[in-house]
Amino acid sequence: MKVAYWPGCVSRGFTPELHGSMAKIAPLLDIELVELDRACCTGAGVIAEHNQELADTLNARTFALAQQVDGAELMMNICSTCQGAQSECQERLDANAEYRGHVNETLAGEGLTYEKGLTNKNFLWLLVEEIGLDALRAKVKRPLTNLKVGPFYGCYIVRPRERLGIDAERPRDHYLDMVIDALGGTVIEYAGMRKCCGFPIITMNKDASLKQAGRHLGDAVDAEADCLVTPCPLCHLNLDLQQPLAEKVVGRDLEMPVLHLPQLVGLALGLEPKELGLNRHVVRPTSVIDWSTSVVGAAA
Amino acid sequence: MPAEAHDRPAEQFNLRLRRYDPESGEAPYWDEHTIELEPHRSVLEAILQAKDRFDGSIGVRCSCRQAICGSCGVRVNGEPALACHTHLDAAKASAKDGVIEVEPMGNMPVLKDLIVDMDAVHWKKIQRVTPWLIAKQPVPEREYLVGKENMVDITQSMACIQCGACVSDCLAMEVDPGFIGPAALAKAYRFVGDPRDDQQDIRLKDLAEDPQGIFDCTHCFKCVEACPKDVNPMGQIMRLRRIAIDDQKIVDKNNGERHEAAFTTLVKDYGLLHEAELLPRSYGGNSWFGKFHPAAGKELLSSLPVVLKGLLRGKVNPKLALFGHKLPAADLKQVQRIYDTVEGREQRYELNLYITGYDEVEETPVPGGATSTNGGVSPAATTASGGGESPPAAPETEGSAS
Repeated sequence: MKVAYWPGCVSRGFTPELHGSMAKIAPLLDIELVELDRACCTGAGVIAEHNQELADTLNARTFALAQQVDGAELMMNICSTCQGAQSECQERLDANAEYRGHVNETLAGEGLTYEKGLTNKNFLWLLVEEIGLDALRAKVKRPLTNLKVGPFYGCYIVRPRERLGIDAERPRDHYLDMVIDALGGTVIEYAGMRKCCGFPIITMNKDASLKQAGRHLGDAVDAEADCLVTPCPLCHLNLDLQQPLAEKVVGRDLEMPVLHLPQLVGLALGLEPKELGLNRHVVRPTSVIDWSTSVVGAAA
Repeated sequence: MPAEAHDRPAEQFNLRLRRYDPESGEAPYWDEHTIELEPHRSVLEAILQAKDRFDGSIGVRCSCRQAICGSCGVRVNGEPALACHTHLDAAKASAKDGVIEVEPMGNMPVLKDLIVDMDAVHWKKIQRVTPWLIAKQPVPEREYLVGKENMVDITQSMACIQCGACVSDCLAMEVDPGFIGPAALAKAYRFVGDPRDDQQDIRLKDLAEDPQGIFDCTHCFKCVEACPKDVNPMGQIMRLRRIAIDDQKIVDKNNGERHEAAFTTLVKDYGLLHEAELLPRSYGGNSWFGKFHPAAGKELLSSLPVVLKGLLRGKVNPKLALFGHKLPAADLKQVQRIYDTVEGREQRYELNLYITGYDEVEETPVPGGATSTNGGVSPAATTASGGGESPPAAPETEGSAS
């Protein structure tokens, strides 16, 4: 399937292995990525905090660009925070025709218009709803047997449920669990799996921020997870890049590798850890996962 | 609820209650009871039946039984809820093993069983924000005359019934118990947004400078989800930040203003987020020179091991760290044009769906699409819009900056 692809900023900045691994696995899943390289940052909620209309207009521009991609079935992103920020703007734009017209007036200067009703899905949602778990299972070349994976969702992709279209029919807040299972891994449930990584307040209250990251990582250690997987690059920054600092704040060793979702999928689809950028993490998955019993170690 | 739900006969429901008496010296434990009620009846009625029939010592607080008084806040199957406002059939459906699990709320000490100490946490925090009107002088001889649009702006925060559900699940408070928290900050907006109040600037300065004030919220949406009255406490906190930073020009010591200014400016200058500049500017000030400020230097030094490790691993590309990534020139120009147009307006526009409601939409399901859910009229919209009027994007109340 062809998708208008919004990679986000961080996936091309401080977590380049996310965008890189997505590009690697897309052809294996028959996804054609048409990158929205003219679109700007979603604002991650911060621009909306400053000026809601500004965030709505910038994102409406991205939506309009996505709607111009010939033959694209929908728009796809690989960042929970982008999904949340964009869904919030889209909710307002779709809810009120007069407001949408007002925002479109600003876009008219560039000849763009946003038409109500864009479908914008995080890769996680696309994987389950468009590709399907059975099709995914059929593509697995190296099942993640004996790999104990803790899902870490990120706030923006699980709350608020109504805005994000989460209900009994589409339990999007359980999709990570379902994907881990389809890839042959073992799902590890732990207290912090749907909690906040703390990243949004890292510059405002560093101690509280790292305490959040450290606690959830610690919970996962206690639940005996081998690694975590997350669809959010900002969570990844606090959970992986900042993990050495989080260890100091919570006063315990953590050594918990954190994988991006496309990396975990890529491993199961038979790609090598290095191609997926696993060697770029601060906590290297290969350094802690037992060689003999898991694919991640064995493939390193 | 469909009318026929009321006609269904009583059936059995299994309840699992968290019991704890701190004075007993015993550890908390689970207690199970089977009750019999019609499925549309509430979890509160089930608890009261268990108390009535099996164990009079079950501790639960309640009063109005119609979701107005805010007394019966608990956790049902792990999620915050008003016991009187949760139907038994719905609670059974969301239970992991068919047994409806009821626990006391979180973030507050348990007094007994399902009763938590609201005084020790919730009410103390409400007190913290001076929860009353400080009238502008001179006070008019008769009533204040205030434009309707000014008061509409604060109706959402006024809908709070002080049940503590948002406090119970606040993730910032979980790691930082001193955080003023969602309920109290929503209450603070109720007065900051009130044009009759004389201390908007003092209130905002206080809440911005407090390390556990408006900038301690992690934006996790837990309170938005928890609130039974659609108060959207997080949204109110964002409005407090917006007015503090953009109207009152408060530059706080917690980096709240610098972070927002740096983020917004960097996206304007680059089109994309330049992360390596964001951190130093959030500490040292919103310019390229921000990184040379002593506060930025101190922070960079403490983050140096992390940054170096990132560089070594090839995670952080040195060229990208220095120069950032940028949109193509023509697109960047369009982004900047949007900034200039929107920021150049005399008044900010803020569409609050709680007040305006949603357009009536025809149900046209999009194949597999995320959009079909966005069209529906939300309960919040229907309760708030009253007569179904749907004003356009309302100019945001500028409050009473004096």
